[in-house]
Amino acid sequence: MASGAIIRIEQLTKTYDLGEVQLTVLRSLSLSISPGSFVAIMGASGSGKSTLLNILGCLDRPTSGRYVLAGMDVSDMGDDELSDMRGQRIGFVFQQYNLIDQLSVVENIHVPLAYQGLGLSECRDRCEALAHRVGLSDRLGHRPKQLSGGQQQRVALARSLANDPVMILADEPTGNLDSSTGREILDLFSELHAQGKTIVMVTHGDEVAARATRVVQMSDGRIVRDVSRAQREMAGA
Amino acid sequence: MNLPMLLRGARAGVASLLLHKTRSLLTMLGIIFGVCSVIAMLAIGEGASFEAQERIRQKGARNIILRSKKPAGDATAGGAKRSYIADYGLKYADMERIRRSVPGIVRILPQRIEPKRVRFPKHAECEVVGTPPLYREMTSTEMVEGRFLTDWDEREQKNVCVLTEDLARTLYGHVSPLGEEIRVANRAFTVVGVMRELSRVYHTAAGGGAPASEGRVFVSLHTFRTHLGEQNVRRSAGSFQVERVQLSFLTIEFASENDVARAAPLIRHALADLHKKQDFVVEVPLDELRALEATKRLFSFVLGSIAAISLLVGGIGIMNLMLATVTERTREIGVRRALGAKKRQIVEQFLMETGVLSVAGGLIGVVVGVFFPYFLSWAIHAISGHAYRVVVTPWSVLLALGISVATGIAFGVYPARRAANLDPIEALRYS
Repeated sequence: MASGAIIRIEQLTKTYDLGEVQLTVLRSLSLSISPGSFVAIMGASGSGKSTLLNILGCLDRPTSGRYVLAGMDVSDMGDDELSDMRGQRIGFVFQQYNLIDQLSVVENIHVPLAYQGLGLSECRDRCEALAHRVGLSDRLGHRPKQLSGGQQQRVALARSLANDPVMILADEPTGNLDSSTGREILDLFSELHAQGKTIVMVTHGDEVAARATRVVQMSDGRIVRDVSRAQREMAGA
Repeated sequence: MNLPMLLRGARAGVASLLLHKTRSLLTMLGIIFGVCSVIAMLAIGEGASFEAQERIRQKGARNIILRSKKPAGDATAGGAKRSYIADYGLKYADMERIRRSVPGIVRILPQRIEPKRVRFPKHAECEVVGTPPLYREMTSTEMVEGRFLTDWDEREQKNVCVLTEDLARTLYGHVSPLGEEIRVANRAFTVVGVMRELSRVYHTAAGGGAPASEGRVFVSLHTFRTHLGEQNVRRSAGSFQVERVQLSFLTIEFASENDVARAAPLIRHALADLHKKQDFVVEVPLDELRALEATKRLFSFVLGSIAAISLLVGGIGIMNLMLATVTERTREIGVRRALGAKKRQIVEQFLMETGVLSVAGGLIGVVVGVFFPYFLSWAIHAISGHAYRVVVTPWSVLLALGISVATGIAFGVYPARRAANLDPIEALRYS
């Protein structure tokens, strides 16, 4: 498990310097995730899961400890290198969808590719195929505002796949959706997982966690429970 | 950044500016005024130097021109109803005195000009110019056909003349006038040449009020003196008067511009005791040139200040707009950063938007601006009566555009850097 891991975190600490107070959000946290897993990270707000997600997503740097993503030590990369890691190896799905309003569906899917230097004309087929994959073939030219929440989240999913990332990081992707639409989105995640994608998802919902192969419970900057599906099934049996 | 990326960026820039059309247009106003002022400034500067060159070409920077002038108040001095003879102006003796007493003179061109009527083959008003053959060397003219006057004509007081092209056209149409005889003031002259004047230097002779001339007839000075005389009879309102003038103009050429500066007072001094009345004027083209330069500098300064202020205000407007845009789009910036945008790419994106804004403002400014100098020239003429020539050159338009775009982009750097330096996590959380 250790050597083949796509994510390896060792003794990770994150401390915010708030002037007089030192706020430690992550305390010597270690975690390994193997390729193809679907990990749900759960915990109350303030447990440090968002900070962990930011570090996993190369948006933030740990105060100490090591983070190795796909064989590369991210811990002390510069800003540009981190941008490249995000752009090439990570797909983001946010609770707020975070599409760019003035761009069409296809153009939104294209954004990560644009930052890798590819023009829309060069990879339109790819972007349209991704839109097709999330069931939006007939909405290519629409603007985000013309779409429902579920449809917007589908676009976001397609966008997260644009660079064929090694991992998809999802931050409560169904948080803004009603339960049936949320289920559709989760079905899509399950589908991607079945196709071999590594997914790390921050969530509150047990139903969401039920789909994961592994559930990591956090509290006060530490992992307090880490259960794989196999273990759960054994426990349930 | 290669060209396709640049085009893509420009298209994205246009799209995001179109989201706020009014705001973008208002922001562009400063740049538009700036461009107009820069173009006007350069057009007036260019016009002034064009005019200066024109004057130099006409009169010569190394020349001083003396012009006979009827003394003020002299017309009534002899009694209102009586005929009398007005004897004034430059004399042959003056020419000799100047030649002897003023240093640095290369040559002197005397001219006698008088409005006359051609009576054959058609009636036409013209100016008869009596001049030595030197005229052709000292002024810009070219022969259309035939020859100019020669020393032989001068010495022998030949009854030959050279017509300007326009007069030849009036008198003979498209038939060559060479060898034809014209009658001017009851004298017959044989046409030996037709010439084109590249610049009209000395307009009508001292008298003024002459009827519109249809062209000029050149005869040798000696011929003029013997056949047409130095007296000219003018009739007006029942009385008539006779003017006696020897020379209308003296064009004095000096070896260098330094000689010119020293010579003007010397000339005035040399002629002072011969001309108690103010019956001649001294024109120094070099001085006129300097006056013109001073005017040009003043205009350049005023318009340059307006341009600088407009561009400054325009730039601040752009900066203001872009700062607002950056704040509004904080979340978008966070998203783009999360999706792999480097700081540099965010800077490029926002600089591209300011670039598009400045170029659009610049182009509108150019469209308005190429007419602006002509309007300005017209307005100045209407208010002050001074006619200022303006010349809009392609390079001045390009320069104005370049300055405005550079200004816009310079003021866009700060907002763009601010956008790029946003913390992506904070930006993503922003609502």
